[in-house]
Amino acid sequence: MTTRREERGAVTAGTLVSQGAMALVALAFLFPFFWMLTNAIRPNGEVLAVPPRLLPSDWQWGNFLDAWVYLPFGRFFLNSAMVAGAVTVIVLTVSSLAAYAFARLRFIGRETLFLTYLSTLMIPQAVLVIPLFLLISKLDWVNTFQALILPVAFGSFGTFMLRQFFKTIPRELEEAALCDGASRLRILVSIILPMSLPVLGLLALFTFTAQWNSFLWPLIIVNGTDHATIPLGLTMFQTQQGTQWNYLMAGAAISMIPGLCLTILLQRYIFSGIAMNSGFGGR
Amino acid sequence: MSVQAQRLGAQVAGVPRTRRRRAFRAEGRAAFWFLLPSLLGFLAFLLFPLVASLALSFTNWQLLNQPKFLGLANYIRLFTVDPSFWRALTNTVFYTAEYLVLNLVLAVGMAVWISSLRWGKRLFRLIFFLPTFTPMIGASLVWVLIFTPGGLMDWVVQSLGLPIPNLLVDPAWAMQAIVIVSLWSGFGYNLLLFGAALESIPQTYLDAAQIDGATAWQRFWRIKLPLISPTLFFGTVMTAITALQVFDQVYSMTRGGPGAATATLGFFIYQNGFTTYRMGYASSIAWVMFLIIMGLTAFQFRLQRKWVHYDD
Repeated sequence: MTTRREERGAVTAGTLVSQGAMALVALAFLFPFFWMLTNAIRPNGEVLAVPPRLLPSDWQWGNFLDAWVYLPFGRFFLNSAMVAGAVTVIVLTVSSLAAYAFARLRFIGRETLFLTYLSTLMIPQAVLVIPLFLLISKLDWVNTFQALILPVAFGSFGTFMLRQFFKTIPRELEEAALCDGASRLRILVSIILPMSLPVLGLLALFTFTAQWNSFLWPLIIVNGTDHATIPLGLTMFQTQQGTQWNYLMAGAAISMIPGLCLTILLQRYIFSGIAMNSGFGGR
Repeated sequence: MSVQAQRLGAQVAGVPRTRRRRAFRAEGRAAFWFLLPSLLGFLAFLLFPLVASLALSFTNWQLLNQPKFLGLANYIRLFTVDPSFWRALTNTVFYTAEYLVLNLVLAVGMAVWISSLRWGKRLFRLIFFLPTFTPMIGASLVWVLIFTPGGLMDWVVQSLGLPIPNLLVDPAWAMQAIVIVSLWSGFGYNLLLFGAALESIPQTYLDAAQIDGATAWQRFWRIKLPLISPTLFFGTVMTAITALQVFDQVYSMTRGGPGAATATLGFFIYQNGFTTYRMGYASSIAWVMFLIIMGLTAFQFRLQRKWVHYDD
């Protein structure tokens, strides 16, 4: 829309140069992905060859399978999926309930409590992990899924994000239902949530990928491979005798696949969600 | 007396008043149940650890000994005796300053450049956003392969005869490796944020300025930048908060080395807390980090009056 005027203008040498230069920058930016993939499928001896070979001499696609069994990567993958999935379900449920209370229900101390929630967004993880580690040890939960899931599932970001959206839904929609005697929970589930699917989806995406990528907490609370998540598994390639670079790169590629796929599939959705944030400062 | 007043009020206002009060109480009860799960989690996993870590920071707890109250001794030790704390603090400030400036300049510059393009705006934004939702550990390890001694970077530098040492081996350069990886993974989010803000500037403003003879340079500094300043402010605050906590890159690329060249506060807390188990001491470092974050954020909110323009 904003570009209508420019599009009608003639293609000048300047436009072409600018366009070409941007294409080169983008290609250079993508190079690490290319280097990761081509090193994942070459023989390990060739990874640090001098001079470097841009493409593998022998395309060993089997490296992906070998990496998968070199370390229990299937287990890491399942662990990550389970932890990220469980945290996402809890965050969506708990934040929806709390956000509805903050957006719609009047109670004493609402604004104070909400501001308290909001201010916790500034707390660095490093402050919390030491007492949390002691708490988890006391509960005898070290190396368990509940230790990976519960302590990270109650941040206030989701509550904040959903509350902002719930406030934009007209009250009239639920007043009729209230008069008919519907409970608040029923209103939330059958009126508010169905209208909030895009925001819920965005929150699910942010939560899932944040947990999938999370490193510090699993590093602290997990030893060994049984409960290790993917980022933790990746660092284990380094500590084996010498680095198996090709397997490590295959592992890195596997770790990135869900995030890359979600980004590409949901780009329209992610971009408009972030555009929503861009008005954040103004309100 | 209040009962009387209530009764009086009820008589005057009649039924609606009591009904309203009953509705208010019913809402309060509903709110309690709606908030309960969130509050329980908040108390157990946020408020309790927050208070506990402050309490721990005044003790010498090392996991196995009986904790002893030390007052401010940990903090005094940090700032007067412990040289590795100063190293971590200066490393963190250096990293944050460099990363923040480069991230914002790159994100704004690229956002303006992309919005001026004729073709493929969406595609370019997508490309630079790609690393955002991937694990920092994965991205870091890919870059370690590029930077590793005898790797691709060394070969390129030698072939071109550039006076650049190996980034992971040279203490003076190691932090640059961390900054590069952080930028590669992190600037796409701000690019998208600022790009969306730029798109929302009404074209008529820019046209009007152009008719009045404003150059592209003036349009950028006088119109675009002020109009996206609220978004710029939001991006700056969030980026600074994350940058001060940098850990994943440091752990997976250099483990704080070579020497202590890349040991940041986040890494130093991990080292003290979970490799030498000095939980009390580590807590005091964590609180210093927290105070820096709060201080910087408050400072930025103060500063915003000078440069952030809101419509209303």
